[in-house]
Amino acid sequence: MKKEAFFWVTISCGVMIMAFILLPLIQMVISPSMEKLYTTIKDKDVFRSIWLSIYTSGLAAIISFVIGTPFAYLLARKDFFGKNFVESIIDIPIVIPHPVVGIAILSVTGKDYWIGQILHELGIRIMGSTVGIVTVLVFVGMPFYINTAREGFKSISPRLENISRSLGASMISTFFRITFPLAWRSMIVGMIMCCARAISEFGAVVIVAYHPMIAPVLIYERFESYGLSYSQPVAVWLILVCLVLFLILRIISIPQKRRA
Amino acid sequence: MINPVRKLTRGIKPRVRKIWNNPVASHRVFSNGINIENLRVEFPKFCLQDINLSIGKGEFFVLLGPNGAGKTVLLEAIAGLIPIKRGRIFIGGLEVTHLPPEKRGIGIVYQDYALFPHLTVLENIKYGLHFHNIEKTEARKRLNQLLDQLNLRPIIKRLPTNLSGGELQRVALARALMVKPSVLLLDEPLSALDPNFRGEMQVELKGLHQNINVTFLMVTHDFSEALSLATRVAVINQGRIEQVGEVTDIFQRPRSPFVAEFVGMKNVFKVKFNGTKALLSDWELELGRGVEDSQGYIAIRPEDIVISKERFSSSMQNSFKGIVSKVLNQGFYYEIHIRIEKIIFKALITKMALFELGLTEGVPIYLSFKTTAIHIF
Repeated sequence: MKKEAFFWVTISCGVMIMAFILLPLIQMVISPSMEKLYTTIKDKDVFRSIWLSIYTSGLAAIISFVIGTPFAYLLARKDFFGKNFVESIIDIPIVIPHPVVGIAILSVTGKDYWIGQILHELGIRIMGSTVGIVTVLVFVGMPFYINTAREGFKSISPRLENISRSLGASMISTFFRITFPLAWRSMIVGMIMCCARAISEFGAVVIVAYHPMIAPVLIYERFESYGLSYSQPVAVWLILVCLVLFLILRIISIPQKRRA
Repeated sequence: MINPVRKLTRGIKPRVRKIWNNPVASHRVFSNGINIENLRVEFPKFCLQDINLSIGKGEFFVLLGPNGAGKTVLLEAIAGLIPIKRGRIFIGGLEVTHLPPEKRGIGIVYQDYALFPHLTVLENIKYGLHFHNIEKTEARKRLNQLLDQLNLRPIIKRLPTNLSGGELQRVALARALMVKPSVLLLDEPLSALDPNFRGEMQVELKGLHQNINVTFLMVTHDFSEALSLATRVAVINQGRIEQVGEVTDIFQRPRSPFVAEFVGMKNVFKVKFNGTKALLSDWELELGRGVEDSQGYIAIRPEDIVISKERFSSSMQNSFKGIVSKVLNQGFYYEIHIRIEKIIFKALITKMALFELGLTEGVPIYLSFKTTAIHIF
């Protein structure tokens, strides 16, 4: 049967997009020699920055999970006045420019503002610290977690929770015995999304904490100081480590048939 | 000895505990099943209002109404799953209006059965035991009884995704009954079943009700289900209860045009009464008894109307000539619409009668019915 012209348009667009995404990445991955990759990872600064990126992004995902889960549940289950407004607020970090996020965070954590004063009293430093990096990453990654977890909760019938309550379970027991086991895959996906967003963050972090250096900042610095060939191996290592991590998490989150 | 009421209300806010422990409230003499007083539930586009119901202990009560009438809302209000605006709810003689669902002693079976998909059949049935202090031997005895009674032993290790509609329903029933609720709320439990299998499950449900001392409150839109299962029925429409009574009473003596139509009286007319006659449009119907009111409604079942080619010479005092305006195939029967002036009567006839009378649209025909077939309200 002869395919219609529109079919070929869809195929062409698909091929074009795949090439647009993959070509630069493949070129970057295959450019550095194995020897160069090996020496790069042996560089303590590179190893430390990649580790810091993974560590701070993972921490941001965990914080988002802890704080975001109850809120995502609330948004999934309750209708209240101004809910659309609240949901729009959650999406703000996705749409505002990244350097603006950094400046916004600095403005409330500076000594001129009461939150900054409290943090100063408590001995917590945001500017140029790991705490600052994590704060920024939570800010930019949280919407991804909340939105994904909320959709996960929405996909679970409230009737299951009603039944659980009628059988004697309290609200919290119902959450941990019914809702959580059914929604955990959505939460993992949300954490992956949050982590992915956090690990790729540069613009906001560079304003709040140039040092200690996370991998994207190190890549930028090496590119600025020494050029493309010097920054490429670091980028390749960051991509490889992230791919492995996300692949593992993704496999965990794929539904598996428990018993036939 | 621990006060059982005290034990049950552990963890409840003091204000609510006070209501629960209130001797006036807790010693009120009710039917000991479910009592609802002036209940009102409000939603932005729907309102359940002036609900007053009294359901006896161990009764099989059916709440009947069309889709969107508020049946499930009422059920969930009784279960404490949705907030109420006004009114009081008593279960087993105790006020539960402000109690959370887990403290009301109710069981629910939904239309889609809502089995926990991540738990096996056995885990589903035993779920409620986590939250009730039931002796292990007693729990085992109860479990074995339910597994035998509902024939669930062969499937206890299976997940809900691998069960048929009937099996899902039986598991849902066992799960709800495992914790010995005083009231079982059934939300259209038969509607998701294959029509051929529905009758069998009706018998099973009725048998189960007779074997256990639990109040059953079932909602359905199917009057035939109510006829075969219920002792009493409440008909609900647009958030209000239209009529409550014995199932035969509702069937034979509807008190509103909605109830009449809902129970299958397809000929409902607003009339003016004049002694023993009813004035319908420009012609008179013989009622066979006097009516005091000047106006009201009459209803006639379509199966009580006899149609014939010639005027029917019998004791039927009402016989009129009309024209067939529509012939509708209803499977085993045909519904014939007969127009007399501006009024449309609906009658049911068999396929054989249809061919014998040669009924098609536009054919003149006589319709007759006894005065006893006319229900007045």
